[in-house]
Amino acid sequence: MKRDTPFTLLTNGTALSWADVPEWPLAEFLRNVGAELGRGERLSSFFGVPEGDALRLVAVLAFDAGNTLAVGRSQPFTGSFPALTATHAQAHLFEREIWEQHGVVPENHPWLKPVRKDHGAGPAVGDFFRVDGREIHEVAVGPVHAGIIEPGHFRFQCAGEEVLHLEIALGYQHRGVEEAITGGPHRATVYQMETVAGDTTIGHATAYANALEALAGTEAPLRAQWLRAIALELERLANHTGDLGALAGDVAFLPTASACGKIRGDFLNLTALLCGNRFGRGLVRPGGCPLDGDAERLSQLRKRLETALAEVQQAAAWLWDAASVRTRFEHTGHLHAKQAAGIGLVGPAARACGLVRDVRFDHPTGWHRFAQVPVSVWPDGDVFARARVRWLEIQRSGDFLREQLDAVPEGETMSSLPALAPNSLAVALVEGWRGEVCHVALTGPDGKLRRYKITDPSFHNWTGLALALRGQAISDFPLCNKSFNLSYCGFDL
Amino acid sequence: MSVHDTLLNRLKRGCETMAYPKGPAPALPDRHGGALKVEAAKCDAGCSACVTVCPTEAIARPSGKSVALDLGRCIFCAECVKVCPSKAITQTSDHRMAVRRREDLVLGDTGKEQVRLAQALDKKLRRLFGRSLKLRQVSAAGCNACEADTNVLGTIGWDLGRFGIQFVASPRHADGLLITGPVSKNMELALKKTYIALPEPRIVIALGACAIAGGPFIGHQQHHNGASGLVPVDLFIPGCPPHPLTILDGLLRLLDRLGEASERR
Repeated sequence: MKRDTPFTLLTNGTALSWADVPEWPLAEFLRNVGAELGRGERLSSFFGVPEGDALRLVAVLAFDAGNTLAVGRSQPFTGSFPALTATHAQAHLFEREIWEQHGVVPENHPWLKPVRKDHGAGPAVGDFFRVDGREIHEVAVGPVHAGIIEPGHFRFQCAGEEVLHLEIALGYQHRGVEEAITGGPHRATVYQMETVAGDTTIGHATAYANALEALAGTEAPLRAQWLRAIALELERLANHTGDLGALAGDVAFLPTASACGKIRGDFLNLTALLCGNRFGRGLVRPGGCPLDGDAERLSQLRKRLETALAEVQQAAAWLWDAASVRTRFEHTGHLHAKQAAGIGLVGPAARACGLVRDVRFDHPTGWHRFAQVPVSVWPDGDVFARARVRWLEIQRSGDFLREQLDAVPEGETMSSLPALAPNSLAVALVEGWRGEVCHVALTGPDGKLRRYKITDPSFHNWTGLALALRGQAISDFPLCNKSFNLSYCGFDL
Repeated sequence: MSVHDTLLNRLKRGCETMAYPKGPAPALPDRHGGALKVEAAKCDAGCSACVTVCPTEAIARPSGKSVALDLGRCIFCAECVKVCPSKAITQTSDHRMAVRRREDLVLGDTGKEQVRLAQALDKKLRRLFGRSLKLRQVSAAGCNACEADTNVLGTIGWDLGRFGIQFVASPRHADGLLITGPVSKNMELALKKTYIALPEPRIVIALGACAIAGGPFIGHQQHHNGASGLVPVDLFIPGCPPHPLTILDGLLRLLDRLGEASERR
């Protein structure tokens, strides 16, 4: 579906010359981006590229209905720019990030504060949005949490039990991932990509590999693309199963909680069967997959998969049958489809608001060009819907794997990666288990990575959690939080 | 489905907790590789093939000296194993890797080809913690893999609670700290405050390559290359992430709860 747009269109997992990315004066660039967002398109990535002392802005838009991506850039500028956030909430965190990373000020940004940088005592110290009134009290939680969880700070404004506003302050996990890639790829880069979010190793490593392959003008062997698709669904199965268990645990429904805890491990062990590591480290490399699965290994995978799927089916049946679970899940942490679209929500959280968006379907690349996974949607936007979408996706992933493991493609799994094309830009989207993983790679005249922008699905979705909490009892925060289960390190980079 | 069915199903499944450490340890995945063994005596003269492929600078060969591999820095990518022309670096498929002293992770010299496994806590601490060890977990820029495989120890398959080991929701209730991640500068204060909030005597466990030395992010300005520069560490458990079995072995080794399994691979 082609339509008039000043942006240059490109397909997921492809590259184009930097010179072919349309360039406009700053005001026109922002007007063009705003116009597309106004039409309901999605902002996949929005970042700065330094040019000497000045800065260019680059926008990557996703035209989901047209199955295409669109890129454009501004001319270099200094000082400030009028914030898109004032009219388009999707740009909110991107513009804060641009300000933090490059010092240019988004004017009239409604909530301009750091995203992740250290300011001496950590990101939580600073001004929080405050609700005033005699009955209002404030609750501060974190960075260190009660369980075995990554750190983040949550600041609640409450009237009694009711949460009026939640502000989430992150940045505690900042490891300098993007900065480190500049001038690369370096020897450690692929290992850093695998640990951008350790539970999304396959998602991020595949996006990285796709981006580099696009820049090198090559493609991984088909069998490697197939293996990556298998591993991506195994990653989804493990995490979705773990989430169903954790959601059950949060409403004290122990049969499903304890069963899913174990089954999640069984899925992780299937990934380990392929590559030795439960999280898929070493499985994906630019150029392909270094470790192939022989027939014996794949048949074992198929068999063990069937057992785990049968077990998760049983554990989920208990969950859906229990009235005590339904009453806690339904109408809790509600988010409207309109809100979700407005903030650019992605992944299962978006699909649980009735939004049909899934990279595997909208922007198929790699093996997903040949084998599709139906999009799982549920309309209600509450905890129940987010749990339900996970369950629907567990079933679809299971079906996909069964089908794929019964028709194994032949061939090599590894190829050598040619040199990266100089002065080129590549965009790679992958539907990780949390949603859209977006990697944008830009090379300089020497063919080295000049700028590398990573957008984890959590970057879009933390705002969704904050909105879902409005009007909820604060005691439902753990349940709501778990229903999103977002990444801290993927956000903090 | 009624509660009755749920209970029946539960009964049919029986006990799903593994027999280890009384019984055999669950097998590591065959492609896991386990701990590395480095026999520097086997190295070719002047060869530094392993040094140049290591992504975390875990291997060094200063001129005139023999190869030394720091398993604390290692993220177990096994690139060195692949390129070594003299098979001086090999995988042992041994899950046991936890040590008490940082230097016990440095491999290479004769007599030091493998990790020098952790000794148990002294008698006094063992009396205090041996049957009840409460830990507070602080993730300080961990990627959620070490965290996930620590969490898994609480599931029915591993059932960490049967050893009296439990993760607690307040440092005031804890005997020790389990740290993951390279310790970002943004987490420095929170980590120190958590440590101070622990009543004495207290122990500290650094879990995973990041918490030991910075892992894949070694050398970045945004973190501290591990926990040991900020708090005294009593147990180092290598891996990226360590397999749950490696973590359990480390915890039980510290408490002297492994019995015969202490020697078993």
